[in-house]
Amino acid sequence: MPRVQSISSRVRDFTGGLDAFDVEARTVRALIRELDARFPGLGELVEENMAIAIDGEIFQDALGASLGEASEIVLIPKISGG
Amino acid sequence: MSDGNQGGSKLKVVGQRPVRPDGVDKVTGRAMFGADFHLPGMLTGRIKRSPHAHARIIRIDTSAAEALAGVKAVATGADFDTGAGGEVEAGEGATAVKEVAANCLAMGKALYQGHAVAAVAATSPEIAAEALDLIEVTYEVLPHVIDVEEAIAANAPVLHDDLFTTGVTPKPAKPSNVAVKTVMGRGDVPGAFAAADVTVEGHYSTAAVHQGYIEPHACVASFGADGQSVVWCSSQGQFLVRALCAKILNMPLSDIKVIPAEIGGGFGGKTTVYLEPVALALSRKCGRPVKIVMSREEVFLASGPTSGAVMDIKLAATEAGKITAAEMTLKYQAGAFPGSPVHLGCMTAFACYDVENLALTGYDVVSNRPKVAAYRAPGAPMAAFAVESAIDDLAKKLGMDPIDIRILNGVRDGMKTVYGATVRSCAFVEMLEQLKAHPHYQTPVAAGQARGVAAGFWFNIGGESSAAVHVDEDGGVTVVSSNPDIGGSRASMAMMAAEVLGLPIEKVRCTVADTTSIGFSGSTGGSRVTFATGMAVCQAAEKVVVDLKRRAAATWECDIANVEWRDGAAVCTDPAKDVKPLSMKALASKSAKTGGPIASEVSINAQGAAAGYGAHICDLQIDRETGRTTVVRYTAAQDVGRAIHPSYVEGQLQGGAAQGVGWALNEEYVYGPKGTLDNASFLDYRMPVASDLPMIDTILVETKPNPRHPFGAKGVGEVPIVPPLAAVANAVSQIVGKRMTSLPLSPARVLAAMEEK
Amino acid sequence: MSRVRISTIVNGEPVEFLGGGGQSLLDALRDELRLTGSKEGCGTGDCGACSVVVDGRLVCSCLMLAPEAEGKRIETIEGMQEGSELHPLQRQFLEHAALQCGFCTPGLLVASKALLDRNPDPSETEVRYWLAGNMCRCTGYDKVVRAVLDAAAELRQERPR
Repeated sequence: MPRVQSISSRVRDFTGGLDAFDVEARTVRALIRELDARFPGLGELVEENMAIAIDGEIFQDALGASLGEASEIVLIPKISGG
Repeated sequence: MSDGNQGGSKLKVVGQRPVRPDGVDKVTGRAMFGADFHLPGMLTGRIKRSPHAHARIIRIDTSAAEALAGVKAVATGADFDTGAGGEVEAGEGATAVKEVAANCLAMGKALYQGHAVAAVAATSPEIAAEALDLIEVTYEVLPHVIDVEEAIAANAPVLHDDLFTTGVTPKPAKPSNVAVKTVMGRGDVPGAFAAADVTVEGHYSTAAVHQGYIEPHACVASFGADGQSVVWCSSQGQFLVRALCAKILNMPLSDIKVIPAEIGGGFGGKTTVYLEPVALALSRKCGRPVKIVMSREEVFLASGPTSGAVMDIKLAATEAGKITAAEMTLKYQAGAFPGSPVHLGCMTAFACYDVENLALTGYDVVSNRPKVAAYRAPGAPMAAFAVESAIDDLAKKLGMDPIDIRILNGVRDGMKTVYGATVRSCAFVEMLEQLKAHPHYQTPVAAGQARGVAAGFWFNIGGESSAAVHVDEDGGVTVVSSNPDIGGSRASMAMMAAEVLGLPIEKVRCTVADTTSIGFSGSTGGSRVTFATGMAVCQAAEKVVVDLKRRAAATWECDIANVEWRDGAAVCTDPAKDVKPLSMKALASKSAKTGGPIASEVSINAQGAAAGYGAHICDLQIDRETGRTTVVRYTAAQDVGRAIHPSYVEGQLQGGAAQGVGWALNEEYVYGPKGTLDNASFLDYRMPVASDLPMIDTILVETKPNPRHPFGAKGVGEVPIVPPLAAVANAVSQIVGKRMTSLPLSPARVLAAMEEK
Repeated sequence: MSRVRISTIVNGEPVEFLGGGGQSLLDALRDELRLTGSKEGCGTGDCGACSVVVDGRLVCSCLMLAPEAEGKRIETIEGMQEGSELHPLQRQFLEHAALQCGFCTPGLLVASKALLDRNPDPSETEVRYWLAGNMCRCTGYDKVVRAVLDAAAELRQERPR
């Protein structure tokens, strides 16, 4: 099962303090649906305001990306810059 | 071309140093910056600002100002309508629209000295100034807090009644000045510390510093009677200005056209708005164009700066110098509204190093200072100051060379960062080796001087970009970029297009389009333009090449597979056809007969940006009587992937280093007891001038081009401001004879430390 | 606001304009004559972006009142190019990439020309101290100083002493 980790405190507010959990999803779209179902509002937050690292690559916008059986997903704040 | 990047040796334009396409306008005074526009009937806008650091606004009486002859409009925060609010992507990430609006014109409370409370538009600057005096604001002055530690304290005056720390479970019952607690890490930190051969620790602080662009914020806004408006302004993102104006004034995006002026420096500080919604609100009220230009004092009081920081750090290492664990707490000033880059500080702090066990905690803390704005690698320089100082301590403790210890611990491809990315296309270690071999490092330190070394990291980003390539009827080419050119990016856009099209650079011009003339683009920031917009340019140019080949094939009545594009001309490879190559000019002149105009526009969301790494060496000396530090030699190395225009890449390294030296030695926001800024001028806020600096040598490391960019480019603009703080401080600490932990290392502070010793 | 008639010579051409009593020369150049090449970075004489030459002397035009320009010869960035030829300083700035945003560039060029008019063979240190009144936040000054030194060398060859 893909494992989701978060380094965002905003995520923690939705998950009740949880920083890591497994998901069933095999695409980022499905991941967002699953997050919304388990932690209402989190999917939307991730879709709108967060970046996702999937197996080490950062996607600023990853809706189309697929997830493998053992994918490591990290929810991170969108990175911007000066 | 699209798979993998081209080899350096085959390149004809990329890697050369042509004169930039916009150069002549810049050296003749013709370039139009934000304050240079003038429209018929234009009014002067001015802003009334709070004299108090923290005050409730009881009442704003604008009647006397409105009655003054020549005053055409007066605006307050009540003229904004942020509707549903929401967030927009600004320089440091998602920003709440309501807070950007309340920063442009206060709503209910003035949260720092200089906070805008009202604005006027009048027929002359003198009348506008008089009108400001006639606006009566009744304040209830509140206790203020400036210092980040004091703002965290239990009895601190609270800025926002509705601000509850996020990232804490359960949600706090009381509001506080801590907006966000960020926690990240991995491994077993206490275990690693228990097993450590050696540990070092320190308490570090940096001052708030301003981006210091020489051009003050400036704009002209013109609201049309049909609701369609035009804004001319100096910004890092015309589309961002459009989005913020639309959301703050509840207007449709398509009713606002933002025309990017030339931008007189930004460094992140122009990735938000201060004036544009105000000017537009005033223009909407009176139907005339309104120009607002900040004074330098206003720039210091009410724009930027970046966070001052307070940090505690502990490192654990083996006897051989391998860092096994790190623990770090970072407290960053956010200014009056949440949004410091502390999360970026946490993410970047150890990004240069392979550290198995990490515990990072960040606090985003509001206080009665101007709301921070992005500044070049937001959040990273302060964190790197603490980390690179601690590593210096560790090297000393172990008797190791400062570059060797960084090579030993340096990240290499395949390693995992604490924020989830895997390191790739990384030349950190090669870069350190090149720096070590450089004549600067090989030259012994002169008597009375000291040498500091430090490294730094920045992510670099991609994101949404658009670009167009238009072939003129005579075979010349215009590239249309979607990003304000802050440091020469038109040159790199034109060069990449010329390379793909096989044209000499003189045949390719580049322009920056307004919001109605090109597809959407993210802002110029995150060191993304040459990477992301450059990728869009390359793809647009490639499409043009395909089109040109198709037209040549049609002309020759051969298969397109038998047409190659070489040196700006179509060449037929079909041995059965005896035809001469068709040049760009020949094909362009016949375009009407072969399918119409030749042009292509590409909009992408560029992925695959590669991170950047830098390391600097600084030799300096200190006047023992005055405590003044003089940098005598400086070398900056950076992993740049491939330099498209090496001169402008070198310029980024040199400029970033100079800013970092200023941050290290002189620059700071100084507050008095009433929470007012004591040094809101260039005289008192001391930025480096030419006589403060030596030549800055550069090493462009090009051993690991980014395979995800057509020519291998990595972002270069932000990395170079990350290492200098510690490179300078590490050298100063040697001369002083003790670890210098607070920036700036101003003469007074250095002198006191030497006397204490 | 009371306005006065001011007669000057700007970039070799006689110019008359109405200027305010309290108006700076910089504002008059920019707002009355639309010579917007001179920039305001600070308004307090610290940054040098407004540098012009008045009767042969380098000044911050933000610190001089417009009426003080009466009868004076003023040289601004707009007058540096000769016909359609760039001045060697302008060309060297471009060739060295001695500008990034370009906002401080007019002031730096005017100040550099004033230096070379006085001292055709300045040392690096002399260039750095002469230009200490012209802030540049983008370049770190390295390429600026090199451009000025190379322009000086070029001018010395053009006009041997």
